[in-house]
Amino acid sequence: MDFQVIADNFTYFMIGRYPNGPLGGLGLTLYLAVVSCILSFFGGLILGLLSLSRIAVIRYPINALINAVRGLPLLMVIFWMYFLLPAVLGKPVPESRTVIAALTIFTSAYMSQIVRAGIEGIPKGQVEAALSTGLKPWHAMLYIVLPQGMRNMIPSFVNQFVSLIKDTSLAFIVGVSEITHVGTQVNNRTMAYPTEIFIFIAAVYFIVCFAFTSFSRWLEGRLAWRKSI
Amino acid sequence: MIKFQGVHKWFKALHVLNGIDLHVQKGEVLVVCGPSGSGKSTLIRTINRLEPIDQGTLIVDGMDLSHKKTDLNKLRAEVGFVFQQFNLYPHLSVIRNITLAPTKIRKTPTKEAEEQAMALLERVGLAIKRDAYPTELSGGQQQRVAIARALAMKPKIMLFDEPTSALDPEMIGEVLAVMQGLAGTGMTMVVVTHEMGFAREVADRIVFMDHGQILEEAKPEEFFKNPQHDRAKQFLKQLLSPMH
Repeated sequence: MDFQVIADNFTYFMIGRYPNGPLGGLGLTLYLAVVSCILSFFGGLILGLLSLSRIAVIRYPINALINAVRGLPLLMVIFWMYFLLPAVLGKPVPESRTVIAALTIFTSAYMSQIVRAGIEGIPKGQVEAALSTGLKPWHAMLYIVLPQGMRNMIPSFVNQFVSLIKDTSLAFIVGVSEITHVGTQVNNRTMAYPTEIFIFIAAVYFIVCFAFTSFSRWLEGRLAWRKSI
Repeated sequence: MIKFQGVHKWFKALHVLNGIDLHVQKGEVLVVCGPSGSGKSTLIRTINRLEPIDQGTLIVDGMDLSHKKTDLNKLRAEVGFVFQQFNLYPHLSVIRNITLAPTKIRKTPTKEAEEQAMALLERVGLAIKRDAYPTELSGGQQQRVAIARALAMKPKIMLFDEPTSALDPEMIGEVLAVMQGLAGTGMTMVVVTHEMGFAREVADRIVFMDHGQILEEAKPEEFFKNPQHDRAKQFLKQLLSPMH
């Protein structure tokens, strides 16, 4: 195997045509993952809290929405956003933005379940104690439930982020030059080295994901120590 | 101060409170006892509306609990509750556990809230633990902090739901001592407990419940010397000499 093709195109794999063009390659992969992750965190938090609402008119539609999104393949959501977003907004939208929108919607639905589980995992006695001192329900949620729940949720959030990094590879279907797409482009150009190229791409994903899963495991260890009663 | 009139409550098919008529005076210490499943915990939990009632009237500190307009948060600020499982907030320090409600609800400035909290911690004998976290405390210490936390809102009534049932025997004494001290200051208290020694020493009145009904109501001396109801007699016999 001749890995020279990797060395020759290394910069292209890492950051695409930047600065002579938009960010691409691994840089774009990470950018898509990080932005979608941050937006999904808030999306998931809001959806999660709404899905637990005592008001049925809020709870039922929100849960229906969450279940609908969870029943769709991500590829479908990416296609939908690619066609739907420009149509709805009435102007052209850059592909990477439609991908971020798709990833955010998709991941928020999953994050909402993490948030929900985190909140429901807090013993009811905590809320009863808070209410018994005269604290309002939103005080109890903000100062008692969420801070404790967050500690449970963080490892799951990190795992979701790792999935997100891998899911960005689907963006290539709408022409976004993240690292998988870059790999196919280099392969189409050089023709002779598919094995080396795709081994390299797999290795890059593996290294990045492994780094974050190790971080997640370390984080779980640190949080568990403080919580032990 | 607290008035139950014809109160009923059901948990699905279970008639957990069956016609409760009870009047608690200001400054009175009432002990509620009875076998498991008698409804005594439910009874005390209806007083601060942790459980709603299904039928009858319940008036606490002049507020009608069945009335839609009743501000529950206002009610709960006047009624302190101490749980069997303590329920301290594990992610907050002891002092923060105590000052949280006063700073958020009474809008007490932090410095003042902390001074008041320290005074309460002194009273329960745990001033040195102000910056400790609940997980670092023993059960007895946690419960004393829980009492301080309930007192921080300067309530008119204090409710205790089996406060010593989850404690090791050595720690029961320290908690009961705090409760006895509190009774001495004239606080209106309703205590669900099996600690008959405490009942005998501190209670103004003892109420015995079984199957959702109040079967006997008497001053401690009468209750222990001369129980009227058969079930009460049985209960006392079991409690005071469990091996027979």
